[in-house]
Amino acid sequence: MTALLEMRSITKEFPGVKALDTVNLAVKQGEIHALVGENGAGKSTLMKVLSGVYPAGTYDGEIHYDGALAEFANIAESEARGIIIIHQELALVPLLSIAENLFLGNERAIGGIIDWRQTNQRTESLLRKVGLSEPPSTMVDKLGVGKQQLVEIAKALSKEVRLLILDEPTAALSESDSQALLDLMLELKTRGVTQIIISHKLNEVRRVADTVTVIRDGTTVSTMDAETDEITEDRIVRDMVGRDMADRYPERDRRAGGMLMEVRNWNVWHPLHTERQVINDISLTVRAGEVVGIAGLMGAGRTELAMSIFGRSYGRNISGSIEMRGRAVDVSSVSKAIDAGLAYVTEDRKSLGLILEESIQRNITLANLKDVSRNAILNEAKETRVAQDYRKALNIRSPGVFQKVMNLSGGNQQKVVLSKWLFAHPEVLILDEPTRGIDVGAKFEIYGIINDLSAQDKGVVMISSEMPELLGMCDRIYVMNEGTFVGELTAQEASQERIMSLIVTE
Amino acid sequence: MEFAEHGAEAPKRLGIGEYLVRHLREYGLLFALITIMVFFQIVTNGTLLKPVNVTNLLLQNSYIIIMALGMLIVIVSGNIDLSVGSVMGFVGALAAVMIVEWEQSIAVTVVTCLVAGGLIGAAQGYWIAYWKIPSFIVTLAGMLVFRGLSLWLLEGQSLGPFPREFQMIANGFVPDIFPSGLSQGVADLLGARRVNMLSLSTGLVAAGLITWMGMKSRAQNRAYGMDLEPLAFFYARIGITSLALIFIFYKLSTFRGLPNVLLTMGVLAIIYAFFTERTVMGRRIYALGGNEKAAKLSGIKTERLTFLAFANMGVLAAVAGMVFAARLNSATPKAGFALELDVIAAVFIGGASMSGGVGKIVGAVVGAFLMGVLNNGMSIMGIGIDYQQVIKGLVLLAAVIFDVYNKSKQA
Repeated sequence: MTALLEMRSITKEFPGVKALDTVNLAVKQGEIHALVGENGAGKSTLMKVLSGVYPAGTYDGEIHYDGALAEFANIAESEARGIIIIHQELALVPLLSIAENLFLGNERAIGGIIDWRQTNQRTESLLRKVGLSEPPSTMVDKLGVGKQQLVEIAKALSKEVRLLILDEPTAALSESDSQALLDLMLELKTRGVTQIIISHKLNEVRRVADTVTVIRDGTTVSTMDAETDEITEDRIVRDMVGRDMADRYPERDRRAGGMLMEVRNWNVWHPLHTERQVINDISLTVRAGEVVGIAGLMGAGRTELAMSIFGRSYGRNISGSIEMRGRAVDVSSVSKAIDAGLAYVTEDRKSLGLILEESIQRNITLANLKDVSRNAILNEAKETRVAQDYRKALNIRSPGVFQKVMNLSGGNQQKVVLSKWLFAHPEVLILDEPTRGIDVGAKFEIYGIINDLSAQDKGVVMISSEMPELLGMCDRIYVMNEGTFVGELTAQEASQERIMSLIVTE
Repeated sequence: MEFAEHGAEAPKRLGIGEYLVRHLREYGLLFALITIMVFFQIVTNGTLLKPVNVTNLLLQNSYIIIMALGMLIVIVSGNIDLSVGSVMGFVGALAAVMIVEWEQSIAVTVVTCLVAGGLIGAAQGYWIAYWKIPSFIVTLAGMLVFRGLSLWLLEGQSLGPFPREFQMIANGFVPDIFPSGLSQGVADLLGARRVNMLSLSTGLVAAGLITWMGMKSRAQNRAYGMDLEPLAFFYARIGITSLALIFIFYKLSTFRGLPNVLLTMGVLAIIYAFFTERTVMGRRIYALGGNEKAAKLSGIKTERLTFLAFANMGVLAAVAGMVFAARLNSATPKAGFALELDVIAAVFIGGASMSGGVGKIVGAVVGAFLMGVLNNGMSIMGIGIDYQQVIKGLVLLAAVIFDVYNKSKQA
C-alpha cells in the first residue's frame, strides 16, 4: 500500500513552547490510523497543522499528500483536497434540520434559491450510508449525541472525503452508539476512505486500527502495525506515559465500615414532561470507605438520579428519604445537601463544574467560602494557602493557583473540580464520569484520589460508562436501566458480561 | 516569612513588555484618563483643572458614579438595568412632592425615598430572579413605567424649590474642622488665597492609604508567587495616583473644600469596592455571573443574589435621584432621561464584560470619570452636543473593541 499522507519532521513552536518536535506520521491509503497520546501530547496541534488551521509557513517540516507536497493556507484548501476533521465538540447547528446542516455552506441551490428536492434526496442517500433512518427535516437538537456524530460523518461524506479525521468520536457516546460508530468506520474503510482516529479508549483503537502512532510530549514515540506487531493495550499505555503502568487501577484495602448514606424509595419525575417518571423507586446504600459504582447505558438515568439527590438539582415531584449515618437529612437545596455531607462532581465540568473565567483558587474555594472567611469577609491569604495545598496534593499542573481554569487541560480541570468538592469536606462524594475525556496519567491519579477518600472512611458513588473502570475500582456495583436498579453485584460477582446481561434482559 | 513554605513557586519576574501586555486594560484605562485630562487642560487653557471646575466636575458626575456602583454589580451578575434613569427621576419627583407639596420633613422624605427605590428594584428583581424573565425586558418595561409615573406625579411640571437643608445634599460642603489660623498659615505657605485643611488632609490621607495598601498587596503577591508588577511600574502607578489625588483635593481645598456629595460618593465607592472584592457575597456574585449553573451546583443561592443586586440598584438610584434633584433644586419630568446609558457606558468602559463575571468597582468609577471629563472638557471648548454624543459613542465602542481584541490575543 502506498502512503496517502506523509508528515515529515513537523515542528511547531508557540511562544515559549515547542508543541511539536520533528513529528513523523505516515498514513497509508485506505487504512484506519489511530493517533494516541496523553492530553497535551500534541495530537490536536498536529491535526491543526495538517488541516491548515496553522497555515504553511508557520511550522517547519513537510506534508506530502496524495503524492505531492501540500501547503495549505487554510481549512478550505485542505477540505477541497478531501481532508475533513470531525471535532470532539460537534459543529452542528441545533435548531436547523439534518438536511440544512449537511449542506450548510455548501447549499444545493440554483441562483441562490435552495433546491429542497435535491437537498432532501441527497440527504436521504447520505443518511442511509451512515445507517440513519431519520427524515431529513428532523431538527438536529432532537437527535442524541450518537446520531449527531453520524450526521457529522454524513456531512463529511457529502464533501467527497478522502481522509477523514475523527477527534475522540466516542468520548460522549454510550457503549452501543460507540460500537455502531466503530462499525461505520470499518464500513467506510471498505469503501476506501482513509481515516485517522484520535482516541483515549484503547480497546476501540485495538478494534479498528490498522496502525497506531503514539505521541508523547510533542514527539512520535512509536508506530505499531497490526499486521506485523502485536498491539496490546499495555504496550500503548507504556509508550503513552513513558513508563510501565503495572496496574491501571491502583490497589487499595477493600473495606466497608458502618452505614454512611441510605437512600430509600427515590422517585423523580421529568422537569418538563411531568407525566414521565425518570427515576423509579430506587434505594441505595453507601458504607464508610466503600466505593459504589452505578453502571448503565447513557440515558439510563444515572446523572438524573445523582443530581436529584444533590439538592434537587434535577426533576420535580421528588419523593423518598435520605439518611446520613442513620439520621434523616434535608437535602432539598444544594446548600443543605452540602451541609448534610454530600458532594456531586458533575460529568460536564465546563458548563456545570467550573467558572472558566476565574482562577484555580477561586474555583477551589467556591463551595466552601465559609472556611476561608470570617464574618463573611474573605481571608485571601488563607484562601491561597488552601488552593496551593490542593494544587500540590492533587498535582494540578499549572504555574500557580492564579491561572484561569480555562487555560488548563481537561485532566487538570477535573482535578480543580475535585479539589473544590474535597475542600467542602463531604462524607459522600458522587462522582459522575470522573475520568471522561482525560488522559491515562490523570486517570490514574484520580483513581488514587478515590482510594485516598476510601482510606479516610468517606463514601464514594461512582457513575461511569467505562465498565473496566467500574470493575477495577468499585466494591459494589448497581446496574441501572431505564430509571431503575436492575441488579446489584459485588466486586467478586461483577463482570462486563454480567452487567450487560442484566441491562439487556430486564 | 510565615508564608514561606506555601509560596513554593518563586515569584515570576516578568519583563516590562510582557507585564504591560497582560495588564494592558488596567493601565490603558488610567493612561486614557490622564491623556484626556492633559489634552483638555491644554486646549481649554487650564480651565479644566481650575478649582471651581474640578468641584463642578465632581458634582456633575456624582450621581452617575453612585449608580455605576450598583450597575457594576448588576452587570457582573450577568444582567443589565435599563430603568435606573427613570427610577432616579421618579424618586427625585417623589422627594419634591413629599417636601414641597406634602411638607414632610427631610428625614422622613429621605428614608421614604430610599425605601421606595429599594422596593422598585426589588419588584423588578423579583421577575428577573424568580421568574427568569430577561433583565433587559423587565427593566425596559420599568424604564417606561417609571418615566410615566414621574410625569404623572409631577403633573408634567417642574417642582421646586427645595429647602436649603435638602439642597445641601448636593451643593453643600463639609465644614473645615481645622482652626482657621492653621488654614491661613498653610495658605500663605502655598501661596494660595485660602486652603481648606480638611480637604487637603483628606487628600494626603487618601494618598497615604493607597500607597500603604499597594505595598501590602505587593508583599502578599510576592509571598504567593503571583505575577509581580515590575518595580518601576509599581512606583509609577502608586506615585501618579497619589499625586493626582493630592492635586485634586488641593484644588478642591482652594475653592470651597470638600463637597458633601464627594464624601457620600467616596464612602460608597470604598464600601462597594470592599464588598465586591473581599466579602463572601461579593465573590458569589462574580461566580453567578461567570457560570450560573456551576454557581448553583456549588450551593450558591443564585436567585436570591440576583434579586438583591436589583434591590441594591434601586436604592442607589434613589440616592442618585435625591442628589440630582437637590443639585438642580427642582424635580423635573425629564430628570434622568437617557442617563442609564451613561451609567452602563461607564461600567463597560471600566472593563466589565457584557456576559457577566468580570468587572471592578475601580474600573467603573474611572470609566465614569473618563466620560465626565470628556463631557466637561468638550463643553468648555464649546463643542456642540451633536459632536459630543458622537465622540462619546465612539469612545465606548473603542473601549469595548479594545477589550475584545485584548482577550482574543491572550487566548
